[in-house]
Amino acid sequence: MQAGVQAEPVRASAADPAPFIRIDGVSKYFGTFRAVENVSLTIRKGEIFALLGGSGCGKTTLLRMLAGFEEPTKGRVFIDGQDMTGVPAYDRPVNMMFQSYALFPHMTVEKNVGYGLKHERMTDAQRKDRVREMLDLVQLSQFAHRKPHQISGGQRQRVALARALARQPKLLLLDEPLAALDKKLREHTQFELMDIQHKTGTTFIVVTHDQEEAMILSDRMAVMDKGEVKQVGSPTEVYEYPTNRFVAGFIGSINFAEATVLSVSGDLAAVDVPALGGRVTARAVPGIAAGQALTLAVRPEKLTISRDRPDVPNAVRGVVSDVGYFGRDSLYKVRLPSGTVLSAHSANARRAAEAERVATWEDEVWLGFDPSAAILLTG
Amino acid sequence: MSESVEAKTFTPPQRSARIRRWFNRRGWADLTIATPYVWLTIFFLLPFMIVTAMSFASRTPTSPPFSFGVHDSFLNFENFARLFQDDLYRRAFLISIRNAALATLLCLLIGYPMALGLTRVSRSARNILLMLVILPFWTSFLLRVYAWMGLMGTNSWFNRLLTSIYNGLVPDDWAIRSIQMMHTNFAVVLVTVYSYLPFMILPLYANLEKLDLTLDEAAMDLGSRPYRVFLDVTLPLSIPGIIAGAMLVFIPACGELIIPGLVGNPSQPMIGRVISDEFASARDWPMASAVSVALLFLMVGPMMLYTHFEAKAQEKKAMEP
Repeated sequence: MQAGVQAEPVRASAADPAPFIRIDGVSKYFGTFRAVENVSLTIRKGEIFALLGGSGCGKTTLLRMLAGFEEPTKGRVFIDGQDMTGVPAYDRPVNMMFQSYALFPHMTVEKNVGYGLKHERMTDAQRKDRVREMLDLVQLSQFAHRKPHQISGGQRQRVALARALARQPKLLLLDEPLAALDKKLREHTQFELMDIQHKTGTTFIVVTHDQEEAMILSDRMAVMDKGEVKQVGSPTEVYEYPTNRFVAGFIGSINFAEATVLSVSGDLAAVDVPALGGRVTARAVPGIAAGQALTLAVRPEKLTISRDRPDVPNAVRGVVSDVGYFGRDSLYKVRLPSGTVLSAHSANARRAAEAERVATWEDEVWLGFDPSAAILLTG
Repeated sequence: MSESVEAKTFTPPQRSARIRRWFNRRGWADLTIATPYVWLTIFFLLPFMIVTAMSFASRTPTSPPFSFGVHDSFLNFENFARLFQDDLYRRAFLISIRNAALATLLCLLIGYPMALGLTRVSRSARNILLMLVILPFWTSFLLRVYAWMGLMGTNSWFNRLLTSIYNGLVPDDWAIRSIQMMHTNFAVVLVTVYSYLPFMILPLYANLEKLDLTLDEAAMDLGSRPYRVFLDVTLPLSIPGIIAGAMLVFIPACGELIIPGLVGNPSQPMIGRVISDEFASARDWPMASAVSVALLFLMVGPMMLYTHFEAKAQEKKAMEP
């Protein structure tokens, strides 16, 4: 692992399939509070892995256990095949970028970045070179002699990143890396972060509560709730194929309706959905049988809205109760005869005046969706 | 009709109403700010000016026992010259500074771990421990010094305990009957450390308590063992607290009168004792004033150093978002 910048770019697709980080049945209890409950994850070398969840879901505790600030109550953590049990934070091949950045206020940018190298076996010249290399990587060379309070928030974030990467850790932990930045800067920094990860090939674990951030940044992610991992998968898998109600509802917006399975035939299942006024065809999921109660879920953008009955297997009629115009798309709230309100997102692909739009308040419309768009959730 | 006429003609408000209005507008703010200034002027600046003026007078057998212009000039600089010529004053200053510096250092060495410990215990334990730090103030200072006198006396259990420990450690022919603690500089430093320790702990605690513990974690994450974390992060960031505590101990310890008077060595007087003796026994008010002025300037130096650091810290804080 010489000079990280020159390392071959490694992405998840090209990554070693053997798990690089293994979290094995890890639990963490604070008194009677179960912060993390029996979490098992494997993370591949060179991937950006996101831990996504609301506040108090245990994602930060899990990160702190990887860093060595907390010891698991149960279970073990392996990094590159090494058992990390009992290994203190200062001996782990792991570095962390803190949410508050935790830059040393009494040291210059240069000293901050070089701090971790004090303990590395290298000559002063090598140390200097590494610091310069890191500052170049985050484009902060001209601020080397400033103190943290003399630079902007975005620059501080990059100093924190450079400091964490300077020791060329096997694993970089990022705790809400973009939370303290404003929206514009955040979007820019997201791509910068991915670019730097690409250049260094370091394995990243990112903790975030922001689903968009997790979707954009990560190769794979784990969605957590109440200390448990609810689903692990690529952003597409998690968004398009959620396996339970929590994940489906947490990522993006979605319409839920209670359903009962009528019959299963091959790839398709017929379900009875009282809220939608009857029979709906949906793509079957393994392990369902006739008579089983489950949840039908449809993403708003998968619903088409039209004046006439659409030519798809599933169509329901309703009245537009609300319209939200966002510019690039519009949100329609449609009240069905059963009283259920469905949300439908429709892209404003054509340039149209208000009156020319597909529907407005109190219009009678049809909502249609393909069986493949209907998600059946058993959990 | 009559109303509109009244509105147009300007009637000057009553004098008292004007004053009241001014007072409501800014009187309270001015009064609040002025109060400490008035206090300091009457009880600090004015007496200091009197003492300074007195230090340029000459001692005369009058009442009050000083006059101006006894010698050739109106002002008499001889008192200040004597400060440097007479060994008594120089020695008193040196002993004072040495004792106070030693006490300050010991307070720091004892107080720092205590203050750091206070920040690392649970909130409920912290309140109890803070109470214990402040608790001695509830007993008379004089009483506490007398208690130490009792402990240090040659016949006390404390002295006998220390003596037996000493005798147990050294060969028999070195054995002693008791340890001479009273009337030594050791006793002065010991009691000063005991008395002023809270003044070291409290500002240090206030400083250490504000330190962000994530910085410690960051240092540890970057490979520093706990002692290096302390040296690299905690210690440098607590310098303002160390300076504040050191000033609060050193300055009063330097001018301390009661502690050296009760437990100190009478042949090695500290400066407070010298001033007191010059005023009361020798009735040389001008000389006493000169010593006081010199002591004050000796103290202003460190004080300015402290305010300088404090201002810098404030400035730094203001620049942070």
